[in-house]
Amino acid sequence: MELQNTPATLDAPAAAPRLEVTALSKTYGSGPNAKCVIEDLTFTVNKREVVCIVGPSGVGKTTLLKCLAGLQPATSGTAAIDGRTIDGPPPEMALVFQDYSRSLMPWLTVRKNVRLPLRHLRLPAQEMNGRIDTALAAVGLSHAAGQYPWQLSGGMQQRVAIARALAYRPEILIMDEPFASVDAQTRFELEDLCLKIRDDFGMTILVVTHDIDEAVYLSDRVVVLGAKPARVLDIVGIDLPAPRDQISTRALLEFAEQRTNVLSMIRKPA
Amino acid sequence: MNRKLTNWILGAGTPVVVVALWWVASENSTNTFFPPLNAILERFQALWLFEHFGSDVLLSLRNLVIGYALASVIGVGLGFVTALVPVIRWGLDPLIHFLRGIPPVALVPIFISLIGFGIEMRLASITLAAVFPTLIATVDGIRGVDSTLKDVSQVYRLTRTEKLAQVYLPAAGPQIASGMQVSLQVAFIVMIASEMLGSSQGIGAMTLLAQQSFMTADMWAGILLLGVIGFGANLVFEAIKNNVLAWYVGSKRLARS
Repeated sequence: MELQNTPATLDAPAAAPRLEVTALSKTYGSGPNAKCVIEDLTFTVNKREVVCIVGPSGVGKTTLLKCLAGLQPATSGTAAIDGRTIDGPPPEMALVFQDYSRSLMPWLTVRKNVRLPLRHLRLPAQEMNGRIDTALAAVGLSHAAGQYPWQLSGGMQQRVAIARALAYRPEILIMDEPFASVDAQTRFELEDLCLKIRDDFGMTILVVTHDIDEAVYLSDRVVVLGAKPARVLDIVGIDLPAPRDQISTRALLEFAEQRTNVLSMIRKPA
Repeated sequence: MNRKLTNWILGAGTPVVVVALWWVASENSTNTFFPPLNAILERFQALWLFEHFGSDVLLSLRNLVIGYALASVIGVGLGFVTALVPVIRWGLDPLIHFLRGIPPVALVPIFISLIGFGIEMRLASITLAAVFPTLIATVDGIRGVDSTLKDVSQVYRLTRTEKLAQVYLPAAGPQIASGMQVSLQVAFIVMIASEMLGSSQGIGAMTLLAQQSFMTADMWAGILLLGVIGFGANLVFEAIKNNVLAWYVGSKRLARS
């Protein structure tokens, strides 16, 4: 098994990991009723890397992200950014939630939704508006700025949530099954948008998904989780050429090999 | 569109028909308790437009507005604190539910014995009675704020003020508005009740006095005025609500279609 840490797009091969998860476990409850959701997870995400976490559904991926985002404390082990342990929402991180329809404020227009997290950053008005315009343009929603989220389709709502994260200019972007409930065409567009963000803004991106094709297509490395409790089965380096392309990359023999590789790992009885 | 028009005609037409029937049926009435509508309207004009307008109608309305405004502010404020501070929630919750079980009008005698028959008593009664629906709706609304929205405000590190004013308040807005609408009705009831007990001024006092002096046309005129005020107050409330909560009204309408 290839355990290569160097993504194709990384300039400095020996880059220190930005996000470091060490022996992380999460147990709900205590005593005989304790339910261990995550057990002893260890992996890293390097600067400007796209890493996907795949695994069977219900394996505790969302719990993992909540620990990484500082929304829930880990039971043991640590998650750290640049060596700094995460014990609350880190300022350099943004999270795109799985349930986009519930993560947007229905009383705010698209533009105001994107603006909400920027207000307390006290940016000059010009920069704030610039960031909002750039983010909305990046997700192709400049025309919908004045509309309310509930007037938009699911795919557009998820793009609003992504635009909100972009305008916040996080260094680390975490996405929880971000494209799970959008149609296939939109999904391809959003996947490419994700790669474009990484290249344009130099972001470090961690995506949880249950779609193995998507994971292989997006990733520099794929962290394969096994059930239950969640633990790392393997970390697979994806050595597909950049830039990735929905048609030609997915047609590559290596693409098929990698997805077969990851899929067989998930299907294999532990 | 056609259906909408039909409904509108039905809604507006029915009261007109009822009034017309009342007018015709009572035209030659000699019953002391049911004078002709004609006579009631004459008294209505004589009493309220505008002989007692300044002295009684405005006084009642002022009490209603001030009492209701105080109740809304206290209800929403206390609701926020109760919903968000666990110690206060555990301490206040049973008390709130006990107090709201008391019929609002029953509070008036307590206030009369405590602070007498003056305007302060009336204001205090209206305010206290009208606080509960808003308070309880606010607590429920805040506690029902979607956990994803709370996570979003945490991840994006919104300040406490932003969380309260930009997330919790609007998210609980529809429920708070429902509570405030009930509070308005309660405030109106208590406004009348507080005037009927030992007061000589206000619409309620005038109406009761008319009844006690067998001036039934005057009494009916008072009841009519109360109906008009209640209807108008609700209309104003709905208009403001639909304006402030336009996003909610719009999203509900879209979800239905």
